[in-house]
Amino acid sequence: MAARTVLQQSDVTRALTRISHEILESNRGSADLVILGIPTRGAILGQRIADILNAIDPGSVAVGYLDVTMYRDDLATQPTRAPAPTQLPAGGITGKTVVLVDDVLYSGRTIRAALDAIADYGRPRVVRLAALVDRGHRELPIRADFVGKNLPTAADERINVRLVETDGIDEVAIES
Amino acid sequence: MKHLLSTATLDRATAIRILDVAEDMAQVATRDVKKLPTLRGKTVVNLFFEDSTRTRISFEAAAKRLSADVITFSAKGSSVSKGESLKDTAQTLAAMGADAVVIRHSSSGAPQVLAQSGWIDAGVVNAGDGTHEHPTQALLDAFTMRKRLHGLGSRGKDLDGVRVTIVGDILHSRVVRSNVWLLTTLGARVSLIAPATLLPVHVAEWPVTTGFDFDKAVDASPDVVMMLRIQSERMHAAFFPSAREYAREWGLDDERLERLPANTMVMHPGPMNRGLEISAAAADSARSTVLEQVANGVSVRMAVLYLLLAGTTEADL
Repeated sequence: MAARTVLQQSDVTRALTRISHEILESNRGSADLVILGIPTRGAILGQRIADILNAIDPGSVAVGYLDVTMYRDDLATQPTRAPAPTQLPAGGITGKTVVLVDDVLYSGRTIRAALDAIADYGRPRVVRLAALVDRGHRELPIRADFVGKNLPTAADERINVRLVETDGIDEVAIES
Repeated sequence: MKHLLSTATLDRATAIRILDVAEDMAQVATRDVKKLPTLRGKTVVNLFFEDSTRTRISFEAAAKRLSADVITFSAKGSSVSKGESLKDTAQTLAAMGADAVVIRHSSSGAPQVLAQSGWIDAGVVNAGDGTHEHPTQALLDAFTMRKRLHGLGSRGKDLDGVRVTIVGDILHSRVVRSNVWLLTTLGARVSLIAPATLLPVHVAEWPVTTGFDFDKAVDASPDVVMMLRIQSERMHAAFFPSAREYAREWGLDDERLERLPANTMVMHPGPMNRGLEISAAAADSARSTVLEQVANGVSVRMAVLYLLLAGTTEADL
């Protein structure tokens, strides 16, 4: 099992800063922005992006996290997963620009589940997608609007995203 | 988890996991769309051989909120009244493709028989069997206690050191049996108060303390007082002289309510006999958790159905 680090702490921070600016650019400012991270690590990245946005334009961006476990299409083929909490900002998501944040974009099935979940909470004006890593191998017609790094991978490789909050270190590594 | 038959076999980690999943399920009730697609295409059969309102409706609501199809079957007006056996009923349900069976039966052990017989390959949830167990009631009681004690920080918590006093008809109560096992597993200290005639003979082997004097128990300032229903339908002998005497000695009346600390929870599994085991003032006070228990019941049953049905059957919990 060989592991190769492809993003280090400074790369992760730089990628998140760039994504944050791209979000502001595409939204033409921070009006009505809601950042929704997908637990576990997407929620942490979402919080970091919101912190960067709020540093640029204080108090303008709402942040929350959205658990998609109950909407997955692979529940019946896997051991039972424990759901994580969902927390939406007080203003809700209806009429807002929602940016979904996940750590790795792979088959696209998690995002499909997230879109279904969002529809049960309200009707955003726009939903966009930010991912720290896009590793390809999509199984659904889904694409990210903001990508930290495109990593071409083989299907049998593993991408490990480690973050300070959960793993004590910021890095992205490929295991093959 | 394939079946939920008893709380005696639940370990602490599993019990806490069920309660934590129930926290997530409780969130669904606060949303615009109070429904999850999780159990779409699964069939849950409610098999009720004994009367019930809240448990049956609660299971039905839980299954529907998870998008399962629900078939409710009550023994009255069914082929059971024509003499059909449990085996034939079970095989009929199996032929119809039931994924889970929620069973209430007046005979202790009926859910166990259903789960182990091989008549039907579905998850079995015990919704009350005779005087044996009622595991989802105990889970929702524990969930309610945890929620009152820890509020939003309930996740992952147990009930270490919580002093629970359960009062009333211990002998006939399946709720009390499930609660004794579960609450003890979660670290609570349980004491049972009842007239000597309504304590089971083997209660000495249970991990509880027992007593006959409710006033003494009230003065010990318990964290939780759980009143049990006097089950007149199971009372085939004279266990106490009169209802008035029972209410005076073992009922939670206004005077005892007054003496309890302000933060003591007053619980009752319902349906309540107001004026007998609990006074109207106690039932309607801010300390009473009766309606929270009903609301939490749906969340806890959603969690159980989710853990039983969502994953692969050989999944370990």
